[in-house]
Amino acid sequence: MARITAGVATSHVPAIGAALDLGKTQEPYWQPLFRGYEFSKRWIEQQRPDVVFLVYNDHATAFSLDFIPTFAIGCAASFAPADEGWGPRPVPVVEGHPALAWHIAQSVIQSDFDLTIVNRMEVDHGLTVPLSLMFGQPQAWPCRVIPFAVNVVQYPPPSGRRCYELGKALARAVESFDEDLNVQIWGTGGMSHQLQGPRAGLINREFDTRFLDRLVNEPEALAAMPHIDYLRDAGSEGIELVMWLIMRGALSAQVREVHRFYHVPASNTAVGHLVLENT
Amino acid sequence: MPLDRPYADIPGTTVFDAEQSRLGYHLNMFCMSLMKADNRVRFKADERAYLDEWPMTEAQKQAVLARDYNGMIALGGNIYFLAKVFATDGKSFQYAAALMTGMSQADYAAMMLNGGRPAGLAPATKEPGNG
Repeated sequence: MARITAGVATSHVPAIGAALDLGKTQEPYWQPLFRGYEFSKRWIEQQRPDVVFLVYNDHATAFSLDFIPTFAIGCAASFAPADEGWGPRPVPVVEGHPALAWHIAQSVIQSDFDLTIVNRMEVDHGLTVPLSLMFGQPQAWPCRVIPFAVNVVQYPPPSGRRCYELGKALARAVESFDEDLNVQIWGTGGMSHQLQGPRAGLINREFDTRFLDRLVNEPEALAAMPHIDYLRDAGSEGIELVMWLIMRGALSAQVREVHRFYHVPASNTAVGHLVLENT
Repeated sequence: MPLDRPYADIPGTTVFDAEQSRLGYHLNMFCMSLMKADNRVRFKADERAYLDEWPMTEAQKQAVLARDYNGMIALGGNIYFLAKVFATDGKSFQYAAALMTGMSQADYAAMMLNGGRPAGLAPATKEPGNG
């Protein structure tokens, strides 16, 4: 039987990918950030997940305004890194897990979450930067990845409550898959940041710290936080954090926080990172 | 009944909601077209002619030509789409963010290194957000 063993949350700032790809990780600006992931890289080497269910958002790359799916599950056998304007990132092609992805799609839709099924999709930094942070720069990614794209560009994104409940449905779907698989769920994006308008550059360490605490210890209550609180306190792009609630919803009620990291800034953004194990 | 827009009073912030997306569809899809290298070449060769291929308003076209990002946002642009324009110009997200705040890029970068813009403080250049 497949089972979800752990969750990872991390920001997915594009400049982090550029720093990695251009060999700048040892520069004074970037060094403290990459140091924050050293534990996680050792940890995941021991954990050896078979599949990562990776919750992220597309940034006007695979989805324009022609189609705006709220929740889209990638069921393809592989997903190529997208050209976001500077050529594709020099990272391996992402190998999917069509059998598990289709199983999850059918199961979750029957639990009243109306997913969009995607059979062809390129993946942008939202998906590849977390893989780079956790796995470094291998020739091939060491596990299969199911991309799960959430709309957080067109307002309104799904509510925190909806995301949290979806996470629970995902966990049930994974547990009903017959093959013996070690599955991790990752939630990406955030933390506080605003990329647009005169208020660009907003960072809210206090909000972020409280969000991390509550995500670990009182996710039910955190899931009730309305969009306006994210927009006001975490910035217009900080609303990406609703995706972390999908990850948390898929984990057990009590989790072990084995690692936490927080750093300001990466370009325009506060970087947050958690490693949580199911109990 | 009008939609509830409790975010309309957040200073210096335009939420890309249904209204903005409706206004900005063609502007944003023009931006999206710059994902293709051939289109970037054609745009750079004659920006006005390229813009005239799109059913955008004259105000939207003028905002693009002037690289007035706050203006483009007010007219329905979304920052992830507008990013294709400054990427075409070879500019970074931090360059564009600084421009929108009215700060120099050096001052903006220094603000970020010092922990970013405090959430409680209104931006220096006060411009209306939604509504």
